[in-house]
Amino acid sequence: MSDENLEKINKREQEWRNNSLSKHSDRLPEYTTISGEPIKDLYTPDDIRELDYLEDIGFPGEHPYTRGVHPNMYRGRLWTMRQFSGFGDAFQTNQRYLYLLEQGQTGLSVAFDMPTIMGYDSDHPRAEGEVGRCGVAIDSLQDMEALFNSIPLDQITTSMTINGPASILWCMYIAAAEKQGVSLDNIGGTIQNDILKEYIAQKSWIFPPEPSIRLITDIFEYGHKYVPRWNTVSISGYHIREAGSTAIQELAFTLADGFAYVEAGIEAGLNVDDFAPRLSFFFNAHLDFFEEIAKYRAARRIWARRMKEKYGAQDPRSWMLRFHTQTAGCSLTEQEPENNIVRTAYEGLSAVLGGTQSLHTNSMDEVLALPTEKAVRIALRTQQIMAYEIGVTNTIDPLAGSYFMESLTNQMEEGAEEYFARIEKFGGVIKAIEEGFFQQEIANAAYRYQRELEKQEKIVVGVNQFTSEEPPDIEILKIGPEVEQNQVERVKTLRQNRNNEAVKKSLEKLKEVAVSDQNIIPFILEAVKAYATEGEIVAALKEVFGEYREKPLF
Amino acid sequence: MADRKIRALVAKPGLDGHDRGAKVVARGLRDAGMEVVYTGLHQTPEQIVEAAIQEDVDVVGLSILSGAHMTLVPRVKKLLKDNDAEDILLILGGIIPEDDREELKSKGYVHEVFSPGTSLDNIVSFIRESLKEKER
Amino acid sequence: MEKKLLQGDRRALARLISMVENDDPAKTEILKKIYPHTGNAFVVGITGAPGTGKSSLVDHLLGLIRRQSLAVGVIAVDPSSPFSGGAILGDRIRMQDHVMDDGIYIRSMGSRGALGGLSRTTREAVKIVDAFGKDIIFIETVGVGQSEIDVVKYADTTVLVLTPAAGDSVQTIKAGVMEIADIFVVNKADLPGKDRTVTELEAMLDLSPGGDWRPPIISTNSLEGEGVRELWDEISQHRLYLEESGQLQKIRKQRARQEFVDQLEYLVKSEVWNRIQARVSVEDLVEDLLNRRTDPYTLAHELLHKIGLPTSME
Repeated sequence: MSDENLEKINKREQEWRNNSLSKHSDRLPEYTTISGEPIKDLYTPDDIRELDYLEDIGFPGEHPYTRGVHPNMYRGRLWTMRQFSGFGDAFQTNQRYLYLLEQGQTGLSVAFDMPTIMGYDSDHPRAEGEVGRCGVAIDSLQDMEALFNSIPLDQITTSMTINGPASILWCMYIAAAEKQGVSLDNIGGTIQNDILKEYIAQKSWIFPPEPSIRLITDIFEYGHKYVPRWNTVSISGYHIREAGSTAIQELAFTLADGFAYVEAGIEAGLNVDDFAPRLSFFFNAHLDFFEEIAKYRAARRIWARRMKEKYGAQDPRSWMLRFHTQTAGCSLTEQEPENNIVRTAYEGLSAVLGGTQSLHTNSMDEVLALPTEKAVRIALRTQQIMAYEIGVTNTIDPLAGSYFMESLTNQMEEGAEEYFARIEKFGGVIKAIEEGFFQQEIANAAYRYQRELEKQEKIVVGVNQFTSEEPPDIEILKIGPEVEQNQVERVKTLRQNRNNEAVKKSLEKLKEVAVSDQNIIPFILEAVKAYATEGEIVAALKEVFGEYREKPLF
Repeated sequence: MADRKIRALVAKPGLDGHDRGAKVVARGLRDAGMEVVYTGLHQTPEQIVEAAIQEDVDVVGLSILSGAHMTLVPRVKKLLKDNDAEDILLILGGIIPEDDREELKSKGYVHEVFSPGTSLDNIVSFIRESLKEKER
Repeated sequence: MEKKLLQGDRRALARLISMVENDDPAKTEILKKIYPHTGNAFVVGITGAPGTGKSSLVDHLLGLIRRQSLAVGVIAVDPSSPFSGGAILGDRIRMQDHVMDDGIYIRSMGSRGALGGLSRTTREAVKIVDAFGKDIIFIETVGVGQSEIDVVKYADTTVLVLTPAAGDSVQTIKAGVMEIADIFVVNKADLPGKDRTVTELEAMLDLSPGGDWRPPIISTNSLEGEGVRELWDEISQHRLYLEESGQLQKIRKQRARQEFVDQLEYLVKSEVWNRIQARVSVEDLVEDLLNRRTDPYTLAHELLHKIGLPTSME
């Protein structure tokens, strides 16, 4: 737009403000996003006068990917409908997976129980009361095989939400696939494997930072050589957001973690284009509709530019930020849980308009328990309705060019850059984690939001406004005590029936390799195939690597 | 005459790592004038009760989002009993289904369960009222 | 309850500390009864600005000390909010490994408005832990305001913890604080600027008059536990020095005198005020001051006369 035209518009805007707008008062003194970002009443071409279409927005499937990572996005292929799922034992979860696939889900996503996440076998004292409660209990390859019974691993991709012991569960998946006769270059999926955000937000760590990063770079290398279709990390912002951060913090901290992994890989001697194409991301889809869409677009642009300019990546696949999204668990309410269906729908829509590659929509009952079949079916249908009924997949990046959307995208990017500068000052992500920088920012944002709720500066329908005294009246999923009993039996029996000599040798070898700089993955695979349990492998590694201890901040 | 302060222990039992709520509540109690000891993550019931005794707290707040509450909470209560510390107020927050809530309260394991969405003011009032009751 | 304390009941110990903190009416009786059993513990004060890693150091020290089978108490003071009066007591969390060790007792205390310093009740709490039978007691202070200097009144050995913070020079550390330290620790020794900090400390010590004990400067890394053994050795050395030179006796005597004087002054003040307030409304009299009908000096003398105390300054 010519400067002359812009001036005309600005002049008219002033007149509009003085003559028309001034006669009307706003409901609130200030309008901000849920994160506290101020939003103007109106956006005009002047707000994006600096924007260059080719440089800043471009075309889908081309640098800087603001409009999406694939040329024809959902017209070519819909996002993967990938509901995060798991509870009880492998048999129960296998049933749920078969149900979901039947109902039209297009990818699998595994939720593990706390003992599995933290590296304990189901019969460990610390596992008591926790087995199968917030995910599926997997103690060994035996359980992994049962989990994917009747599910051909060359025909479906699987995402596994596992971090501390990611290497071990990955090896179990690989071994299970081999048992099905599927070769490693035919399996596809993701392991979350993002230890940095564990220290920051999710807190399901095992080992300290240094050995954890070594495990991750070993996974990069092994994946590049033998499992080319596998996403070796899902660099996550979801949990950072759930812990209470703002949208800009989610954006900035996630990308900062991503760059830290890139640097770690390069430092480990890998060529950036050998592993970067397989880095993927995982974002939250929170309630503030437009803020989320702007966040995703800004993320793609920031990543593409830095990967090309700072890290010298040459393979376009290294520049592409591909991501999975989950709708915000922390936005769900226990009061009037049916309202959560509506929240989830809007959140899911923002992810779709933001160009996500894969989506999980929450079930309405997840504030109370793990989802029932009915609740998860509604959540899946929510995605299917978005995909097939409302027309949003007809065109690519529909909101591009909106004065508001482009302006907000810029705002998100600027906010992220400010954080990058602050992290630099600390000397990088790991130093900033040690100083508690991220944790403090998140705790402050969480507390601030809670105070806003209590002052009714932010509204949650059914909770601090428009309440009914009605208690939630829905069926919820129950995990009975027999699940734990059975699983404990199972793992004990396994230990008796396997070749314990082979297990012992493999664990000894593992400890040797752990202190060397050999790639440790093949040796974890050995141990897994000998039916060493997860707990046994973790315990062996703990002896060498030690355990992480956090310094909590408020 | 120094004023008497309410002392609270905010604890994360078990393997659950979600501490957003625990930290927000800790700060809320502090802003209401209480002295709050936070135990950190991954606490065993034994560690929690030992800390409660050494710090001579008036109230212990447990935060559990992993579904393991029916095992962990009764254990904490029992240890408090064994250590002659049953008079310490025990409250719970997190992901606790309605039925379990009923059971934990009716069996006397906890004095109250707070659902997600509870305001900090409610928690503070409850603690203050309950302790006043006790003093009578 | 004192009986239970002396028998090693930690619930009684915890309860008594609370009673003392809350100025429970039974408190004085209790303190009287336990006094004969105090004076055995060696008290180490750990002070320094917030964020310097004091709690982590204490955590490592606990491990070392327990291997010598000594019983330890830790009193960790955190700042109370001047607005709400509440506090988040976050030191205990850094000493996780020791929660279940019954040779260790850890108590977190809020500074409760003691003008940033250590309060009288902190000292009383130390006495109770002493009577309980602990061999070593650590007092970990807030590290702001007066607390760094106050700690020397309660501790036999005072350790000042610094970090090589970027830009901060040793000179910016408050006057008076440097003088009270018996041992300097430069923690987070892996950070840049450590050598400069150590050099500046040495230079400062060269200039100060000093006595027979030249405070050593120890570099530590509390994340890894490096330097902690040296720190404990120096603390033990300092203790030996105090005992052999007779300094410890001097300190203890001074402390006993101070406690008695503090207690007397406190009682005198309370008693006099109570009597005065029983007879006159002080607020009304303040009006007279504002109107310049009288002056503070005359007023004070008059009030003392009113309660029958001639002052020796007439």
